Amino acid sequence: MTASTQDHKHDRDLVVQTPVRTTHRTLTGYLAMPIVLALVCLALYLYVSSLELDSIEQRSLNASALTTAIWEHIQLAAVSTVLTLIIAVPAGVILTRPFTQRIRPYLLSILNLGQAMPTIAILFLLAVAWLFLGFQAAIVGLVLYAIVPVLLNTMVGLEQVDDSILESARGMGYSKFGALRKIELPLSVPIILAGVRTALVINVGTATLVTYINAGGLGDIIVAGLSLNRISVQLVGAVLTAVLALTIDYIAGLAEDLLRPKGL
Amino acid sequence: MGLNFFEFLIARSEDMLELGLEHAAIVGVSVLLATVLGVSLGIATYRREKPREAVLAITGSFLTIPSFALFILLIGPLGLGWAPVLVALTMYGLMPIVRNTVTGLREVDPAIVESALGMGMSRTQRLLRIELPIAWPVIITGVRVTTLVLLGIAAIGAIVLGPGFGELIFTGLQRVGTPVAVNMILAGTLGIIILAILFDIALYLLRKITTSQGIR
Repeated sequence: MTASTQDHKHDRDLVVQTPVRTTHRTLTGYLAMPIVLALVCLALYLYVSSLELDSIEQRSLNASALTTAIWEHIQLAAVSTVLTLIIAVPAGVILTRPFTQRIRPYLLSILNLGQAMPTIAILFLLAVAWLFLGFQAAIVGLVLYAIVPVLLNTMVGLEQVDDSILESARGMGYSKFGALRKIELPLSVPIILAGVRTALVINVGTATLVTYINAGGLGDIIVAGLSLNRISVQLVGAVLTAVLALTIDYIAGLAEDLLRPKGL
Repeated sequence: MGLNFFEFLIARSEDMLELGLEHAAIVGVSVLLATVLGVSLGIATYRREKPREAVLAITGSFLTIPSFALFILLIGPLGLGWAPVLVALTMYGLMPIVRNTVTGLREVDPAIVESALGMGMSRTQRLLRIELPIAWPVIITGVRVTTLVLLGIAAIGAIVLGPGFGELIFTGLQRVGTPVAVNMILAGTLGIIILAILFDIALYLLRKITTSQGIR
């Protein structure tokens, strides 16, 4: 094994925020998560209906307030994920072309350190330094934060395409662009799909915090519970957030299994 | 305009140092706990597919739960302060460490394990003297990246009155409109980035020092 492939092998370990992909799931494997989530929702519903809600609790814990929050949350996550991918995947392709070979290790190290950047700092700076609040500000903040892991994921994935495969493609007369389109990109479909899932999971999580810059989402419910000191409201907000995130991750995982090219 | 950013940093240097130490402490302890638990879980499950996949799926779903929600859910059993942050960060740190432990151990060349077997080594000896040392660089890379991600998440712990730079960032938001607000958020962010660089260098050196001579 040459030194360079050894390095690439370790680069893969840089991307910790990529969700786990199970290789061959059994039927129980597919059913476990939906069943757990359904039971959690049922338990939450029974818990809330057993409570005598006061007027403050009723303001947050009613069907229309909750569906609004969930719908806002889904919109935030969906829009920011699409924008993240539009920016990060092409950037990943460009940054893995040969002209960046020299600077790539440094670039990866810097991007890697960028993962420590706190999400709230980005969101709060938009609000405090530029008085940029609301949905659009939230999208800017979410995208800025999610770009780094998705970019890392794409770069590391593309680097792992075996050099000898590319060499044979070039030997068969493929142009550089042809090799990218016909060989590298199809081989990278699983990596790009993992990027979609990574972006979704990160954005669903971060979207919880945009309540602090008046952009809605399920964070609204949790913060209402905190500021009004109502544990039931906090609990409903937090459990629904967790259930939504796990559901979206589960669906993205299914899509990953279905869309992967057959040969891989 | 009041204080500029550098004057602010100098004026608050004692605060910054204290918050920095707190932030480093909670992340350091969480990483340590996650490493001990994660490597043990990895060792216990890497040989068989079902337990391995189950452990990865469960620790992976911890990482999927948004940190804001997890911190709030942990207030119930653990109250406010350090405890919920410590537990949440440890939960987030598990998956990458388990994954890298499993990957590292499974990538050990079977021929090497076989020669160890031929030399009459017991299973424990093989694990401690052959497999773990070979897998170690991969494991510690997982620890290194986990640390970076946890440094960022720890800032959100201020919501449950956890320690560290998050406090500065949240106070900054509450002071929106005053000149000091931007300085507070920038100072908190800068503090975390500096910690990230320090932790990264420390773990890089640790990896160099603790990697067995033969595979450096």
